[in-house]
Amino acid sequence: MRFSQRHLLGLEELDREEILFLLDTAASFREISEREIKKVPALRGKTVVAAFFEPSTRTRISFEIAAKRLSADFVSLSGTVSSAAKGETLLDTARNLAAMQPDVLVLRHPSAGTPHLLAKHLQCAVVNAGDGCHEHPTQALLDLLTIRERKGRFEGLVVAIVGDILHSRVARSNLFALRTLGAEVRLAGPRTLLPSECAPWAFTTPHLEEAVQGADVVMLLRLQRERQVGNFFPSLEEYSRYYCLEEGHLKLAKPDVMVMHPGPLNRGIEISSAVADGPYSVILDQVANGVAVRMAVLYLLGTGGRRVEAVPTKTQMTAIQRSGRRATR
Amino acid sequence: MSDERRVLDAQGIDRALTRIAHEIVERNKGLAGLVLIGIRSRGVHLADRLRRKLAEIDGTSVPMGIIDITLYRDDLSRSHQQPEVKGTTIDFSIDDRRVILVDDVLFTGRTVRAALDALMDLGRPLSVQLCVLVDRGHRELPIRADYVGKNLPTSRDQEVQVRVSESDGVDEVVLVQRGG
Repeated sequence: MRFSQRHLLGLEELDREEILFLLDTAASFREISEREIKKVPALRGKTVVAAFFEPSTRTRISFEIAAKRLSADFVSLSGTVSSAAKGETLLDTARNLAAMQPDVLVLRHPSAGTPHLLAKHLQCAVVNAGDGCHEHPTQALLDLLTIRERKGRFEGLVVAIVGDILHSRVARSNLFALRTLGAEVRLAGPRTLLPSECAPWAFTTPHLEEAVQGADVVMLLRLQRERQVGNFFPSLEEYSRYYCLEEGHLKLAKPDVMVMHPGPLNRGIEISSAVADGPYSVILDQVANGVAVRMAVLYLLGTGGRRVEAVPTKTQMTAIQRSGRRATR
Repeated sequence: MSDERRVLDAQGIDRALTRIAHEIVERNKGLAGLVLIGIRSRGVHLADRLRRKLAEIDGTSVPMGIIDITLYRDDLSRSHQQPEVKGTTIDFSIDDRRVILVDDVLFTGRTVRAALDALMDLGRPLSVQLCVLVDRGHRELPIRADYVGKNLPTSRDQEVQVRVSESDGVDEVVLVQRGG
């Protein structure tokens, strides 16, 4: 299998083989994090720049740990302290970063499509670490890896995604990939947060119970309070009354149901503590798999002949060798 | 067109491994503290066969692990396509063990260099010995094998292919002359 993508912008454009290849590669990286010496030299001398124009702790740290375990140099800047605050345009910031010759740029941005724009203009590989309400591919990949570990397959699985679907890039990336891999997806949330565009992709319902009924996986989304500016529901109390996953709901699901959450948890709003800390929760496995997935992505995009023009042709090589010989004489 | 010449058949491979197994027992005065580590991918099958032969000779089972050297290669940033990572599986400590590293062909020595670096990241073995089915010469690093199935003088434009029934359906070593 050849992974020929130059960037990781989203899971919508990846086919089944490419997604499975990413998961296989990630699975083989997991062992490194369990070693006493958690470092391999694969990306020695490579530079990974993380530009986060939105607050994020765990994703950035997960990328940082992944890069460092591969021996890459990791530099991060966050939007609030960077030149964006001084009025520089995004493209100018990116070109300045690119001039310092990074090999991979990890980007989080509040506007959808930003990584796609930068990928067009920059030489380095671009990894989307969340763009607006569009995609968050590495989060979905770590969810998929966690599902495959437990269930061993995707075909025929029933996955319920619950919460603010409208604003969730995690839901979109998971929806695209799970459909590509043959799983059945159900989306549940208040009607105001359930985009009608999802209907051809998934069964949608405003009732949590209906989505959870017979599900193999229940994936909860964080209620992004910072995005609730449009009065999509009357109050947090009302939201939690209808959509907070309690132990009772799990009786409706398959006996071996797994409960997932991308974090950070809003306990008592979308997930009860009993469920979050209970036997069906795989939330911490997701975090561990996040490092493995990001190692796989950085490895696949950071190695190999990305910049084809940097590899000399045979005739150039001969010329270089000749001039070298002349120089030594 | 390239033409192939078979230099070892199934029986030849089996005899070589039997001899190597006896040499391992002799040199190490038994199997105490010994572990076998096969280098992906052909080295794994050869290590497994050695493990069975050692068990026949000495009656004890030697622990066996698999090492993937991909992340330690010295040509990662030069190759156009990143090589596939299949992972390392060693579920025992190699600290203070005598490690027998097993591979199919010893050529430039770069794979073995990578394997040694990978091993050192996993622990501190008492010693590392190298076992290969074929030594074809053309070393680029100061590395030699302790156990060799067959010394095979080759030229650089030839290719040595080790085929094992586990992955290739047949046991043989062939010398391929690349055309052009």
